[in-house]
Amino acid sequence: MLKVKNLHASIEDKEILKGINLEINPGEVHAIMGPNGSGKSTLSSVIAGREEYEMTKGEMMFEGEDLNELDPEERAHKGVFLSFQYPVEIPGVSVTNFIKTAINAQRKAHGKPDMPANDMLKMIREKSEMLEIDRKFLSRSLNEGFSGGEKKRNEIFQMAMLEPKLSILDETDSGLDIDALKIVANGVNKLRSEDNAVLLITHYQRLLDYIVPDFVHVLVDGKIVKSGGKELAYELEERGYDWVKQETV
Amino acid sequence: MELKDKLVSSFLAFEENLDPNENLDTLRNEAIKNFETLGFPGKKDEDWKYTSLNSVLKHDYSVFPKKEDAIEYRDIKKYLIHDIDTYDLVFIDGIYSSHLSQTTHDKIDVCLMSAALNKDKYSAVIENYYNKVAPKTSLNSLNTAFAREGAFIHIHKNTQADKPIQIINFATGNESALMLQPRNLVVVDENSHVQIIERHQSLTDHPVLTNSVTEIFADKRAIIDYYKIQNDKSSASLIDNTFINQKGESNVSVHTFSFGGKLTRNNLHFYQNGERIDSTMKGVTIIEDKQHVDHNTLVHHIEPNCESHQNYKGIFDDKAVGVFNGKVVVEKEAQKTNAYQSNNNILANDKATINSKPQLEIFADDVRCSHGCTIGQLDEEALFYLQSRGIPRKEARGLLMYAFANNVLESVKIPEVKKRINKLIAGKLGVELGFNL
Repeated sequence: MLKVKNLHASIEDKEILKGINLEINPGEVHAIMGPNGSGKSTLSSVIAGREEYEMTKGEMMFEGEDLNELDPEERAHKGVFLSFQYPVEIPGVSVTNFIKTAINAQRKAHGKPDMPANDMLKMIREKSEMLEIDRKFLSRSLNEGFSGGEKKRNEIFQMAMLEPKLSILDETDSGLDIDALKIVANGVNKLRSEDNAVLLITHYQRLLDYIVPDFVHVLVDGKIVKSGGKELAYELEERGYDWVKQETV
Repeated sequence: MELKDKLVSSFLAFEENLDPNENLDTLRNEAIKNFETLGFPGKKDEDWKYTSLNSVLKHDYSVFPKKEDAIEYRDIKKYLIHDIDTYDLVFIDGIYSSHLSQTTHDKIDVCLMSAALNKDKYSAVIENYYNKVAPKTSLNSLNTAFAREGAFIHIHKNTQADKPIQIINFATGNESALMLQPRNLVVVDENSHVQIIERHQSLTDHPVLTNSVTEIFADKRAIIDYYKIQNDKSSASLIDNTFINQKGESNVSVHTFSFGGKLTRNNLHFYQNGERIDSTMKGVTIIEDKQHVDHNTLVHHIEPNCESHQNYKGIFDDKAVGVFNGKVVVEKEAQKTNAYQSNNNILANDKATINSKPQLEIFADDVRCSHGCTIGQLDEEALFYLQSRGIPRKEARGLLMYAFANNVLESVKIPEVKKRINKLIAGKLGVELGFNL
């Protein structure tokens, strides 16, 4: 599904990613772990198409198409979804209207008519129940005045509504208490299928107790220095990132 | 001949054609003299520093329009709020159109100014209110000298107008360039309520300059909601002079929606003569090309325990120019005043301009006054957020601007007006209408 080869990326001429190789297939859950400043969020931004980042070398293919050629909205239309580390507050646009607009924009891109209002309502009800989201919450302005946990839950709600092929969850666990973390993880697990994939970006192993990855990659200084199964996460938790850093020297 | 000289020399001929029953001779003569002395405002005038009338004054305007009957309801329907029942006062090239209007004298008077000026029945109201709150500026004086027609609205004591009133001034293509001087008077007695919608609309590509004066009097506990829809052609310019005198516990709001026209200047003054008065002025300006919109507001807090709320938002694209000059004066006696003012702007293009100038003059010591002004671009991170959900950048921009302007509409009390403004904003910003906030 996603094939990243020797990916180099910079922001303002500063190289952050220095040759990433990563292959994600349908049905898989990958976790990228790494210390602060290792380039984790840069990787998610580059895949989603954030403008400030420039891909300087390498290849980034999604289902055979060069992602680097596509605008962020076109990547979304292909099925790439980014759950933001810091979701943006948008006063004056309600959660419901935002999601309706997004869904219909994606349908339009695929040549489909708008989703009938009844179907939309039904889907909103189902997905919000799954994530234990209060109905009142849906009529509030997008992310405005939301707590950290509410923002993250709202990101997963959008993911549930948009049904992407590849979901990148950037530090979705930060700012969540354990109950909220369980709800969010539970939601993500329910959305998993043989056809979609998840890329978890996290600093801590905690999230991986609830969303169990098939592969764990350790990112240090813009490179993946070690890959393994879920047990790698526990080892990291125990021995810290210095251990991997030393090993790779 | 310069426009000023042409106007002054036309006055004699104009005077000869007036109805002999009309009693405004002295007023008109004083006014034309005042205009002759002052001339049109120029850039040296502090209040006109950012708005030059030069480009609109260069045309050879006709001051005496010909009568125009060729307009049918179907030609103008789209400019009216037609999905609700309203009283309508329709003027074409400054002349009242009876077949397009709906007036009344049942409990309230909704009729034409020319009738009110010439009939004994209204002489008391005219004497008490006509030209009593408009300051003697050159433009007001010019209007006072030449004005013959407009809306006359009188809501008698303890009466709620049974439906909104629309005042629409159309300009047609029969004159190569046309200058109009509409004059409206709105008198709302104690405990009465009225809603008014005003619009100026050109139907021609010839230049039109409208210099309109509206005087509004809100007696004790009166409620007035006034909506101005300014979405004119790029050949039409408007100088709107609106002055409001409020008595105790009255509540007056004016919403101004400026989406079009070549040059639009809104002079909007509130004078609070009583306690516990509420004055609200809100505006949404969305313009592009070389359009120019200037809001010049004044709230004069004269007595204690009153409030004023100002909220103007603007979105300026291309080479559009916006001006906001909001003055709040709090007199020494006006203790416990609450005065709020905010002016937020988005420059959608780096060639667009906004001049924002709040002016607070506070002479009382126990007051709460706040003002804030922002000028910015659209938030790139917010745009990326919307795009990452599949909303194309162009629509994402429209959506963000729409959301920015939208909260001004919350206080619009006529649902059909709100709907219409929503539609106009959505259209201006290229947002799909399915998006109802």
